[in-house]
Amino acid sequence: MLGQVIALVVLVLGTAALGVWWSARQGAVRAPRETPVGIDWASSGIALADRVTFVQFSAEVCAACRSTSRVLGGLTGSSSGVGHREVLVDDHLDLVRTLGVLRTPTVLVVDGGGREVARMSGVVSDTQARQALSRVSTAGVELDGERQS
Amino acid sequence: MSVSKGIDPRGPRVGASITAVLLAAVVLLGASTAGLWLLTFIMLSFLLGTVRGAEGSWQGMVFKRFVRPRLSPPAEMEDRRPPRFAQGIGLFVTGVGVILGFSGVLLAVPIAAGVAFIAAALNAVIGLCLGCELYLLLRRTGLVRA
Repeated sequence: MLGQVIALVVLVLGTAALGVWWSARQGAVRAPRETPVGIDWASSGIALADRVTFVQFSAEVCAACRSTSRVLGGLTGSSSGVGHREVLVDDHLDLVRTLGVLRTPTVLVVDGGGREVARMSGVVSDTQARQALSRVSTAGVELDGERQS
Repeated sequence: MSVSKGIDPRGPRVGASITAVLLAAVVLLGASTAGLWLLTFIMLSFLLGTVRGAEGSWQGMVFKRFVRPRLSPPAEMEDRRPPRFAQGIGLFVTGVGVILGFSGVLLAVPIAAGVAFIAAALNAVIGLCLGCELYLLLRRTGLVRA
């Protein structure tokens, strides 16, 4: 019996650690992923906005996608040149593979030139979305200056 | 296809906490016949939840009958498909444990219960839907079709 109790305690602690790790990652703004080829967004039916577009990969079975969609939708309504396009992963599996999207929702922050400048996965809060937007304004500087290796 | 406004998002989470307690009991019972029977019962509960949706499982009934009347209405409703998909993942995990258990590999019983416990406990406490997280990976590998 002692062995089982120890197993359960380890299990509960491991689960708690996993929960803390997972919660901390939700919607965190991360660096863009290196994609080998330039993505032709238009040919995938994704029309980019002038300045920045949140390209959100969603699935029908994804509850977190809805709240993320609402947050990003609200943000685009209040800022000019900012777009939000929601893409169903089931319809774009090739794009999902090319871009290395592993879970839903994953949001790619794409600048006017079609370049990914940041990405977020999991539930995105309004604060995190604004944080991602501020990355775009500094991304231009980054292009002229040093490019991260 | 039933068109509904959705379900109370707290329902599946309350259900998951009941399931997590039962799965913890299976871990405590260890590689035993008693554990195997309890896991079989949990598997059948997941089967019910997969066929009827999380709100149609007995845990969903417990929520509707005893918990929801004491709560204020939810801020918003949730699509019923994600929790139902998660029930299917639970059915798969516990099903593997039950099949191996009845094949004589009793050690698989607490292990499967442990894996399912992680998912159920995270769902109950922080609302993580492991089934939803896995959906795209399963789609990418072609294991699940739309």
